Amino acid sequence: MDAHGIITALAPIVPGTVYEAGASVDFATLYVPANRLVETCLALRDTPSLRFTALVEVTAADYFPRDPRFEVVYHLLSIPNRLRLRLKVRANETGSVPTVQDVWPSAGWLEREVWDMFGIVFEGHPDLRRLLMPEDWEGHPQRKDYPVQIRKPAQTYEPLEISEEEFKANLQRDRTRRMAH
Amino acid sequence: MPQTDAHLSAFASLRRDLAGAEGAGGHGLDPELPLITTTVEKIVQWARRSAIWPVQFGLACCAIEMMATVASRYDLARFGAEVFRGSPRQSDLMIVAGRLSRKMAPAMRRVYDQMPEPKWVISMGACASIGGVFDNYAIVQGVDQVVPVDVYVPGCPPRPESLIYGIVQLQQKIARSRA
Amino acid sequence: MAELRTETMTVNMGPQHPSTHGVLRLVLELDGEVIRSLRPTIGYLHTGIEKTAEQKKWQQVVPLVERMDYLGAQSNSLAYALSVEKLLGLEMPQRVRDIRVLIAELQRIASHLIWLGTHALEIGAVSMLFYAIRERELIMNINELVAGFRFFPSYFRIGGLREDLPRGFHEAVNAFLDRFPAKIDEFEGLLSKNDIFMRRTQGVGVVSADAALAWGLVGPIARASGVDYDVRKYFPYSGYETYDFEVPTEREGDVYARYRVRMRELRESVTICRQAITRIPSTGAWACDDPRVVPPPKDKVYTEMEALIQHFLIYSQGFTVPAGDAYVPVEGPRGEHGVYVVSDGTNRPWRIKMRAPSLLAIQALPTLVDAGLIADVVAVIGSTDVVMGDCDR
Repeated sequence: MDAHGIITALAPIVPGTVYEAGASVDFATLYVPANRLVETCLALRDTPSLRFTALVEVTAADYFPRDPRFEVVYHLLSIPNRLRLRLKVRANETGSVPTVQDVWPSAGWLEREVWDMFGIVFEGHPDLRRLLMPEDWEGHPQRKDYPVQIRKPAQTYEPLEISEEEFKANLQRDRTRRMAH
Repeated sequence: MPQTDAHLSAFASLRRDLAGAEGAGGHGLDPELPLITTTVEKIVQWARRSAIWPVQFGLACCAIEMMATVASRYDLARFGAEVFRGSPRQSDLMIVAGRLSRKMAPAMRRVYDQMPEPKWVISMGACASIGGVFDNYAIVQGVDQVVPVDVYVPGCPPRPESLIYGIVQLQQKIARSRA
Repeated sequence: MAELRTETMTVNMGPQHPSTHGVLRLVLELDGEVIRSLRPTIGYLHTGIEKTAEQKKWQQVVPLVERMDYLGAQSNSLAYALSVEKLLGLEMPQRVRDIRVLIAELQRIASHLIWLGTHALEIGAVSMLFYAIRERELIMNINELVAGFRFFPSYFRIGGLREDLPRGFHEAVNAFLDRFPAKIDEFEGLLSKNDIFMRRTQGVGVVSADAALAWGLVGPIARASGVDYDVRKYFPYSGYETYDFEVPTEREGDVYARYRVRMRELRESVTICRQAITRIPSTGAWACDDPRVVPPPKDKVYTEMEALIQHFLIYSQGFTVPAGDAYVPVEGPRGEHGVYVVSDGTNRPWRIKMRAPSLLAIQALPTLVDAGLIADVVAVIGSTDVVMGDCDR
C-alpha cells in the first residue's frame, strides 16, 4: 500500500486532517501535522486494513538552518499486513510534538533519546529526562550547531545521588532501629 | 625435596628467577643444595607478577576479545593472569577494555580507587588509549586522563595475542619495579 | 508472635558488574528476594557514533557502524550498505548477494555463540563459555581469511564487497559447516535437559506476544512468544526469498523459550550457509559495476588515465548519494537492525540512525522481570542478549 492508499484509509477515521505524502525510495512516507499525531497513530494501530501494531523506531533529523529545523521520524510496522510506514512530524526549537507513548509503550525511551540528542520536547511524556548523556550535560549533541569534538577534561568525580542531609537522616534512622533491637 | 627431574628443573628456573644481586650461588653454597639466596624485594616482585588478578572491567568490543583471551585457544591461565574478579577489592590489575565515555569516567575512577595497592592498569585498544576512531564529544580521549596507565595495547580491537603480550610486558615491568 | 516488619532495600547493580553484559546499570528495589521495582540506566557506553558518522565520507562510515552492535558487526554494515544502496539505486550481482547472506549468517552464529556462552555462564554452566568460544574462534578464522581482521572485517562495502573471496574460502566454510551441527547437539545435550538450567529458565521472564510487539521487541524475543515475524521472510533482502529455511518460534515466551529459539536459529543458519556456499562460484563479480561507487580494477588504474582519475576521485572525495532518506531493515542476531540514512546529496551522510534492538529490550526489562526474584534478573538479561554498544551507540 502506498502513501495515497494509507491517506485514503485514514481519511474517514481522522477527518479534517491534511496529510502530505513524502517522497521516498523504500516505503510510504506521510507528513502528519503535530496536533493530529496521536489520533492518526491510534487509527493506524487499530484500523483492520492497517494494523500497525509495532513502533520500531523514533528518531529525528536536524535540517538546520531550515525552518522548521527538525523532522521527527516514526517507523511503523504492520506484521499482519506486511506493511511499513514512515511518519514525519515537523518541529522547531520552540514547538513540541505530542508523545505517542500511550499508543505504543516502546516510544518511551525512543522519545527520551530524541529529547536528549535534539532537544525536541514531547508534550505529555511522563519521564522526559536525558537517556544517554549524563544528567547534567549541557546542549543536545546531535544538533547540527553542536560541535563534534569538545575539548574539556573528563569528569572523574560523581556526586552522590542523595544529598548530605538525606544521608545523615538515613544514618540516624539505621542507628535508632539498631538501638531498638 | 622431591627428586624428580621435573621438580629439579622447576627449582632451577625458580632459582634463576629469584637470583639475588650476587647470584644464587653467591655465598659459596653448593649449587646442588636445595637452597636459594635472594632478596625480599625479588620475592615480592616474583609473587606479584606471577599471579595477577585482573578486575572484570569490560566496556565494549575489546571486552569480547578479552573474553576470547581468557577462554579456549588463547588460555590466559598459561601466564597466570586468568582469575578475573567481579570485585575491584580483590584485584590488582585493571584491563580497560573498550571506549570510555564521559558518563562512565567517574564510575571507572571509583572502581580504580577501590582496588588495593599495588595496582596496575592496561589500556586495551585504540579507544582506551587515545580515543580511537571516536574523536567526539562523548568519548574520553584516552583513559590516562582518568587513571595512570602502565601498558598500552594497540589495536581495534587488539588480537588476543596482543593482550597477552601486553600482560607479559606488565609482568616484566613489575619485575623491574621497586617493591 | 511479634509482627514481622519488613522494609524494601535498594540495590545498585552496575555499571561495572560481571553479568550485565557491559555497562548497564540497574537500580533494584528489593523486598527480601522479590523485586519490587527495577530502573535501568543506560548511556555509559554512549559513543556518539551517529554524530561522528556525519563527518565521514559514505564509505568511511562502514567501520563505524560495525562498532555499534559489536557482536553482530556485519549485520550492521549490511544494513547500512543496503540503505545507502537503496538511495543510490544500486543492484548487486547475484554472487555478491549470496556472499553477503553467507557472511551475515556466519556472523549470526558467532553472535549467538557469545550469547550462549555468557548466558549459560551466568546461570552456572561455566564450561559452556569455553565450548562456545572454541567454535567462535573458527568463525573468527574465516573472518581473518576473508578480510585479515578477526572481529570487524569491514568486508561489506557500499556497492558490493571489499575484494574477492580468498583461495581456500569454500574449504574453510565447508569444514566449519561439517563440524558445527554436531557441536550444537553437544551444547543442547549439556543444557536443554539440564535440571538446574531448566529450573532457572522455565517460567522466568515471561512476555506475551502482544506485549513483545507493543514494546517493539521484534526479533528472537517476540519469536519466543509466538510472533513469527522475521525480516528475512517478511521483507526479504539480499535474496533471502530464494533460500529455504524456517523461522523457529516458541509459545511460552520465557527465558527457556528464547534459548530454544536461538538454538534452532543456529541450525537454520547452518542450513542457509550450506545453500549459500554451494551457490557461490569461486570466481566472479564481487562488486556491482557502477563506476560512481566502485573503483576501477588496479591494472586499469596503472594504464588508463580515466581509470586513474576515477580511482583518485573515489578515494579522495568519495562519492555523492542522491538526496533523500532510506531505511532497509535486516534481521540481525538480536532482532530487526536497520540504519535510517538521510542524504543531502553530498559526499557525507547528513544523518544516520541505527535502530537499536538492545535499547528496546532494556526498556522492556522492568516488564520482563516483573515481580521476579533477584536471581532471575541475571537470567532475564542474558536471555534478551543485549549488547550495550548497540543500546548506547
